[in-house]
Amino acid sequence: MERRAFYRNPVLPWLLIGPQLLLVLVFFYWPTSQALYWAFTLEQPWGGGNSWVWLDNFIAIFRDREYWATVARSAFYAICTTGLSMAVALFLACFVDRSLKGTKLFQSVYVWPYAIAAPAAGVAFRFIFAPQSGIIGSINQIWPGIWDPSTNGVHALAMVIICHAWLGIGYNFIFFLAALQMIPRSITEAGAMDGARPVRRMFDLQLPLIAPTVFFLLIMNLISSFTDSFGLIDTMTEGGPVGSTEVMVYKIYFDGFKGLDYSGAAAQSIVLMFLVIALTFVQFKWVEKRVHYN
Amino acid sequence: MAAISFSGVKKRYQKNDVIHGVDVEIEAGEFVVILGPSGCGKSTLLRMIAGLEEISEGTIAIDGKVVNELEPRERGCAMVFQNYALYPHMSVRQNIGYALKVAGMPKAEREAKVLKVAKSVSLEPYLDRKPGELSGGQRQRVAMARAMVREPKVFLFDEPFSNLDAKLRVAMRAEVRNLHRSLGVTSVFVTHDQTEAMTLADRLIVMNSGFVEQVGKPSEVYHHPASLFVADFIGSPAMNLVRGFFGEDGYFRHGKGGMVNLPGLAKAHLSREVSIGIRPELVRRVDAGHKDAIAAVVDYTEELGASRLVYARADGSPIIAVDSGTDALGTGMPVHFALSESDIHVFDHSNGRRVDHNGRPVRATDTVSA
Amino acid sequence: MIERSPVFNIFTYAAMTLGLLVVLVPFWIVIVAGSQSLQEVSRVPIVLWPSSHLWENIQAAWARADLGPKMINSLIVASGVTFGKIVLASISAFAIVFFDFRARMVCFWMIFITLMLPLEVRIVPTYAIAANALLPFQVVLDTLGITGLVQTLSSVRIGLEWNLLNSYTGLILPLVATATGTFLYRQFFMTIPDELIEASKMDGASPVRFFFDVLLPLSRTNMLALATIMFVSSWNQYLWPLLITTDRTNYGTVVMQLKALIPTQNGTPDWNVTMAGALIIMLPPLLIVALMQRWFVRGLITRDK
Repeated sequence: MERRAFYRNPVLPWLLIGPQLLLVLVFFYWPTSQALYWAFTLEQPWGGGNSWVWLDNFIAIFRDREYWATVARSAFYAICTTGLSMAVALFLACFVDRSLKGTKLFQSVYVWPYAIAAPAAGVAFRFIFAPQSGIIGSINQIWPGIWDPSTNGVHALAMVIICHAWLGIGYNFIFFLAALQMIPRSITEAGAMDGARPVRRMFDLQLPLIAPTVFFLLIMNLISSFTDSFGLIDTMTEGGPVGSTEVMVYKIYFDGFKGLDYSGAAAQSIVLMFLVIALTFVQFKWVEKRVHYN
Repeated sequence: MAAISFSGVKKRYQKNDVIHGVDVEIEAGEFVVILGPSGCGKSTLLRMIAGLEEISEGTIAIDGKVVNELEPRERGCAMVFQNYALYPHMSVRQNIGYALKVAGMPKAEREAKVLKVAKSVSLEPYLDRKPGELSGGQRQRVAMARAMVREPKVFLFDEPFSNLDAKLRVAMRAEVRNLHRSLGVTSVFVTHDQTEAMTLADRLIVMNSGFVEQVGKPSEVYHHPASLFVADFIGSPAMNLVRGFFGEDGYFRHGKGGMVNLPGLAKAHLSREVSIGIRPELVRRVDAGHKDAIAAVVDYTEELGASRLVYARADGSPIIAVDSGTDALGTGMPVHFALSESDIHVFDHSNGRRVDHNGRPVRATDTVSA
Repeated sequence: MIERSPVFNIFTYAAMTLGLLVVLVPFWIVIVAGSQSLQEVSRVPIVLWPSSHLWENIQAAWARADLGPKMINSLIVASGVTFGKIVLASISAFAIVFFDFRARMVCFWMIFITLMLPLEVRIVPTYAIAANALLPFQVVLDTLGITGLVQTLSSVRIGLEWNLLNSYTGLILPLVATATGTFLYRQFFMTIPDELIEASKMDGASPVRFFFDVLLPLSRTNMLALATIMFVSSWNQYLWPLLITTDRTNYGTVVMQLKALIPTQNGTPDWNVTMAGALIIMLPPLLIVALMQRWFVRGLITRDK
């Protein structure tokens, strides 16, 4: 980011950047350091401040089998939503990229899910997948009990995953299409001249060329699956039945705000933070590598 | 109109000097061109006048007033940028009038001025267009109009024609020259194009890697280059430069046993390694029987129409001559040249400076009565 | 385009139509169910065609979830976040890109690291700060001994307190305090050529003047994109409003009300009212995205990449 033309002024830049710095300090750095503090301390009952307990909180959650189940569930959830959403979006983007007549119309509709609030989609999908409702319900009439997310944990998890994946279609589609359209026409044409058919070209030319976008979306989707699932789960299943849709964010909320176990919730937050930072870091490294090769 | 004077001006980036001390006086009303290869510091020097770069050491004065600490707007300079730097979202009218608006000039007065300037560069029909809707030449005119409207004390041009095609460049050159003739404003023009420099300049400042190599009128710089660099850089084809040394016997020895009899020059340059230089058009073709004929072998020739360039080799040293003969000269054929001592420049190899025929080094700012 | 064969074209259209179905079916079901009566919506299998009760269902949902005031709250929060973000992002990016000051890179990193951790991840401590946003300053004063000093000198105890619970400020500020917009503006500002700044310096314009006369007009597209992204994301916030508003009647947002619209386990399964409510709640951001598509798509790509 080397610029040659700068302004120099002892006061003005601070006035300009001050408000943002202040907000970031109060609402980002303070809470994050606070989370660290809580994670290593335990609140005394009946007040009396926090006592330093080193890694006890972490040991406690790591010893908790239920916590590991939540982590595993979150990972499964993240992988499924990411894979499903990206696959659908890529499929659509590839066809839209052919830019046939009328494609613009399809293209604009595919973006819509981006605008929808997770809880709103959650409510809609809850109705669609309700065992007694007029949609899935018809199947239940033929084979009674074949589908019931309110009692069957697997069904419930599948329902939430489908909804989350649907919500991500718009975002992923935008990026895939932009990446595909960046590929020079001449490359596809050269491939066609070499006798490669569309599907072949897709795997041999387009996919490798959009690999950076694929990777970027992979990380963004994983992060979003780990962090953005609260609204969906709270409106669709509230973590149930019997905890079968309880993912990390939901457990943090539940332990922290319902169970009032701030230290436990803080330790869990730290773990989640590390997970997200690790993913971001992988992303960073990748970008760096790409820059080198360019 | 304003005079500009540089004294000991240096520019330093992270401890590296990129300009090593410039001492030059530019007179009021003069058109000065700073010429040099890319990266020689010519733009930096210009931008220091403008106030866009800090001056690390030394002073720049405009009209006797040191401007080191002044903001660009306080210096009375206007600048035409290489890529024009027009405000893309403003119309031509707004672009030209922006500086006046910032200065708080009332609207009516501003409009009148903009109109007048626009007329003078034939931009009137385009006043309400955006820069994106103009051709390269028109954008160039807007950039000039923007500089003119402020009636500055100094015009600064930073390679303003480098984005234009050859034909337009020639036309714009004439326009700038006319502009200067009619307004008489002190102008500093930066370019790496020597034809542009030679045709525009009252005086040239030739720069190379942060040093001023020579300051002088175009003809002085051409005929009396102050350094090896200038000799080589100015002129196309370049000056013939042959490395060697003078002997007591009055011969200049070069290449693989080459000897040229230059008794008038030898005395003053005995003790150093030198290069001698002569312009191709001053190399005369002579008969084999001529007294001091230098025998050479033709490499190839280039037809120029009125004359031709003969590329030849004498005892291993290349030599180029402008020849008006019409006889056939093919590769490998023998050819003979003669040189006049008064046309020859001698350069000291230890510092690249020219040494006059009395053996004294020539300084960058020395003027030569041509 | 290569392979103009009609068969492949038909296949392409078929695939795109399939995609259209995947994307639109949920919307369609919301509209269908939202327009049916209780009997119609409870029928198995359901008739997948809209009926005539949409307006009355909307009225019922509007009354049940108290959507009037909630809509206004949502609008205030979304506009507040959007406006605050644009102002803060543009000026802080301006400082970072165009000013040379000692702590520039430190500030840059301090702000951009916040991109790494979404609000949801640090929800518990952020909630705690909302109870007293001035707590960090109090702690600083206490540690430096200033509180004690002032107390002994003037017998006034400094007690900084600013409770953000149940307030628009509390709903808005934490959402403004991220680097998304700053990053978008920075990326855009970096593309402004140096010569433009220099030209404006030569024209005598001050930095502030340059900001208003050149940068802002040039970044209009950028601003529209950011506005769309921010409006949509803040309208759709769920977890944060849920925590910070205990007084739902006065400070609740529409998205929080969705849960209240879901039929209870043993209540009447009037999904038609639920769907009508969901429809009007999802409509404002959907409209904005549909209208602003051209701009926001470009913004989204520059922001995240």
